[in-house]
Amino acid sequence: MAKAHVTTTVNGDPVEFLCDAEQTLLDVLRDELYLTGSKEGCGSGDCGACSVIVDDRLVCACLMLGVEAEGHSIETIEGMANGDQLHPLQTKFLEHAALQCGVCTPGILVAAKSLLERNPDPTEIEVRYWLAGNLCRCTGYDKIVRAVLDTAQEMRGG
Amino acid sequence: MRYEAPETIEGAVKLLAGGGPRGRVLAGGTDLLVQLRASMIAPELVVDIKRIDETREIREEGGRLVIGAAVTGAELGEHAAAKAMWPGVVESAELIGSTQIQGRASLAGNLCNASPAADTVPALVAAAAQCRIAGPGGVRRLPVEEVCTGPGQLSLDDGEFVVAFEFPERPPHSADAYLRFIPRTEMDIAVVGAGVSLSFDDSGRCAAARVALGAVAPTVILVEEAGRALVGTECDDAALQNMAAAASAACRPIDDKRGTVEYRTKVAGVLATRAAKIAAQRAKGAR
Repeated sequence: MAKAHVTTTVNGDPVEFLCDAEQTLLDVLRDELYLTGSKEGCGSGDCGACSVIVDDRLVCACLMLGVEAEGHSIETIEGMANGDQLHPLQTKFLEHAALQCGVCTPGILVAAKSLLERNPDPTEIEVRYWLAGNLCRCTGYDKIVRAVLDTAQEMRGG
Repeated sequence: MRYEAPETIEGAVKLLAGGGPRGRVLAGGTDLLVQLRASMIAPELVVDIKRIDETREIREEGGRLVIGAAVTGAELGEHAAAKAMWPGVVESAELIGSTQIQGRASLAGNLCNASPAADTVPALVAAAAQCRIAGPGGVRRLPVEEVCTGPGQLSLDDGEFVVAFEFPERPPHSADAYLRFIPRTEMDIAVVGAGVSLSFDDSGRCAAARVALGAVAPTVILVEEAGRALVGTECDDAALQNMAAAASAACRPIDDKRGTVEYRTKVAGVLATRAAKIAAQRAKGAR
């Protein structure tokens, strides 16, 4: 079977790639585009380590085929910092030590960014529910939640 | 595996009819991709229906709500008119999975995955929703409760797929509700699910009631006897008790790690009662 030719936007740049119909968007990001920030934890949509934003919706890249990306806009963890300047969430995650092994961190940062773009002033409960699809087996979540709330406050100018 | 993303219903039907039993429909993909990866299925053809406009729209047709097959839980939850007309259906869709899953998972996918524990299905059945099904013979309509025939089994023929869900007109003083029981606050599969839709007349008596249960039988079941126990009453405690007894009596659940037969049977009545109370409360507040 011939590979499909797919035209997309990734982190604001036009990107074309070839892929097999079986390849997930996560396979394509990691193996074809060498964007290895998105991680494969479970491969079944349970852990959120592969979270990316597709047309302003947070999704698991492992639950979407690469060919489905045709014509859509994708944001990954690689697009989060502006050159050397970290996104405020990234800075706060470092300040709060909101990571240990780091496998879940890219997905959690992308998910948290998507939350703050929709809701700049979330409650702790809203943060916990929004991030319920992102599993971390190291931190126990408290530091993550605090880092997100602290970022939200800072970005609101408080 | 071949992937196709037709832009018309006719195009999808043609592909699916030609694909035979090895063709699969892709909407949100949150079940299909998991099954692909686990090698539970090995389709020769996957037909993505998301580029067909009719599958992506939520609209009103003469006072009746129509929800496209591939509309996601997140989109439904953000649609104020849908929420106002069918709050139970919308809350059932919003209960499924995480934020990430909400961004992809569809109503038709939840139905056609044919799990007895699918959250939207009891709510859709209680709502008396019909599937608009396209196939080689044209378009036909089928009540949601007739789509699944057993776990993983559908009554659809080769080449057929669900295009949209059509809801009946909503009389005044009507509302629905969906509740499910899981052992934690979210991100789990229903031990029991209960959807209830009620309409009241101007004097406050129940004029119509539909009760549907999930995860207590091989398919989601419409319990007509439970609905009848409420019609003509003010949904007082005695009527609710009769309804709960009928709901429990209709259960034919399995024992598994999530719940025993006895437990599921009991909880079905309890959940149906609570869902009926919520639906009644909403109906009194509506119009």
